Amino acid sequence: MCRWSEVAQNPVIHVNSASRWFGDVQALDNLTIEVPQGAISVLLGPNGAGKTTAIRMITGALTPDSGTSRVFGLDPGGSDGEEVRRRCGVVSAKPSLYDRLSGWDNLRYAAELYGLGRKVDDRIREASTMFGIEESLDHQVGGYSTGMKTRLALARAVLHGPDLLLLDEPTSGLDPESALAVLDLIRQMTGDGQTVLMCTHLLLEAEGLADEIIILQHGANLVSGRPDELARTYWPAPIVRIASSDEAGLDALGNAPGVTSYEQTDGVAVATLDRADRTPELVGLLSQRGVPISSVVPFTPSLEDLYFAVRRDSGSTGDEIDPPEDSSGRPVRDSLPAAA
Amino acid sequence: MRNLHWGHVMTVARTDLKQLIQARDFWVPMMILGGLFFVIVPTLLLATITRIGDVELMTQISETLEVLPADTQAQLQGESPEGRAGYAMAVFLFAPVAVIVPLTISTAVGAATIVGEREKGTGEFLAHSPAGVREIYLGKLIASLVPGYFTTAVGFALYSVIVNLLVGPKVGGWFFPTAQWWVMILWVLPPFLAICLSLVLRLSARVKSTAAAQQASGLISLPLIIVAYSQATGVLLGADWVPLVLGGVAWLVGFFSLASGVRSVTRSRLLGVAGGI
Repeated sequence: MCRWSEVAQNPVIHVNSASRWFGDVQALDNLTIEVPQGAISVLLGPNGAGKTTAIRMITGALTPDSGTSRVFGLDPGGSDGEEVRRRCGVVSAKPSLYDRLSGWDNLRYAAELYGLGRKVDDRIREASTMFGIEESLDHQVGGYSTGMKTRLALARAVLHGPDLLLLDEPTSGLDPESALAVLDLIRQMTGDGQTVLMCTHLLLEAEGLADEIIILQHGANLVSGRPDELARTYWPAPIVRIASSDEAGLDALGNAPGVTSYEQTDGVAVATLDRADRTPELVGLLSQRGVPISSVVPFTPSLEDLYFAVRRDSGSTGDEIDPPEDSSGRPVRDSLPAAA
Repeated sequence: MRNLHWGHVMTVARTDLKQLIQARDFWVPMMILGGLFFVIVPTLLLATITRIGDVELMTQISETLEVLPADTQAQLQGESPEGRAGYAMAVFLFAPVAVIVPLTISTAVGAATIVGEREKGTGEFLAHSPAGVREIYLGKLIASLVPGYFTTAVGFALYSVIVNLLVGPKVGGWFFPTAQWWVMILWVLPPFLAICLSLVLRLSARVKSTAAAQQASGLISLPLIIVAYSQATGVLLGADWVPLVLGGVAWLVGFFSLASGVRSVTRSRLLGVAGGI
């Protein structure tokens, strides 16, 4: 995990008020983002939020219609494009591999375009070993499984030792084990000082991986920052969930000292407290009144909670991403404590 | 504008060619096409003329040869009617073949090259790579040009052997290739190929699918093939200066056409997000 104070001062990517239209469709709407060096930043958003367009603009593959984009302090859409692209490694949503070529030839193509010179063979071996595909390099990529193709695409992206890795849905199509392995590898890479910007609409995937999140919607940056700091913004006070079969008895919490807000749905009370250490007092209060307690869970907002709170705040229906469901099949976001 | 990185150009070209070699479904029909025009048809026709000795057929061919310009008739070698007929066939009749084969093959390759990257999603890789769009364009151009020209060179060599073996004994020994053929293959044909490919690559960059590219390139290349066909005949039948001037003009047009065609390749077109595609 990065040391935030060190990395935050030094943005590798600085996109300022960038807009981009495709015909009548606005893909980016005054997008402003900063990505600090040596951190994993995750672009979150539903399909069509502008994540892929943002990645394409960062490498200079697309230029903004208005606004600016700077990567390593250089202009990727202008004369610095080659320099920027040489320092970036990209894994796109589809692996973008040449099916008729072998894995080795795919890697060699990239190695030559990225100017690896005499180190080509050694680097291909290293990268393919890192992603566990060294045994398959002689085979045509057309015969690879989805997981192997993703691994090959990742190996190709890191082949030239890029300073910035841009990963667009890198685990799409992977089974859970392969996806975990890929996420582990991504984590390892930032340990070597590389900066990672990853797009995903899988919130669980970003959880625990992201040093910083950037939530996009309709091409604009809704909110960005460290997940824990953002969570404190949305839920500044401690929250506890207490479940009981005695719904009427639970309502005693509404008037308990230290409870600043209270609501109950189907035997689950959600109480906002003035201090975290109030919880034992509340449990004691219910016990005194003979209210059976089946669970007491301090609420720690997950990335999912945060994501849906942000999007609810922005007025979005959130229909573009399927929210997780609880055991009763009810969308979890409907039973979340309201954000402050 | 930054300097051209020839390493990138050759890498793109080499990789495209490598993929073509892997694509048996592409090169087998192309080999059949080359074999048909350079080997099978000439062998059958020349063998018929020189071996069967059908008097009536020879008389008809001799009468046909009389419509050739006087200069051309003077070039015909051989004493016997079948020798003169065989020589005329070998040197003049099959000249346009050398144009049809490379133009057809190169057009087929070129039409698919950029739109193919887009369709397969590999355009995304190229768009994010350090290769410049000029380098990608030139790499694609070379990769489209080489298969057509290579097939022609091999076919031309085989054709030379065939005509010398079949017609040579009737006209006093090995006579092919003639000077005009060398001029046509080395000076006239390449710029025509370049013109054709510059148009086809523009198309490939702009259309939505490989199928559309193939169809549209057929519309472009067919008239060009007809022009090249007639000009190739003119090269062989005309005065000595004709091929040199014709080739010179074609090189000039080809150069400008290629130079302006570079603009057709953009990163947004490789990604498939440019307006109008």
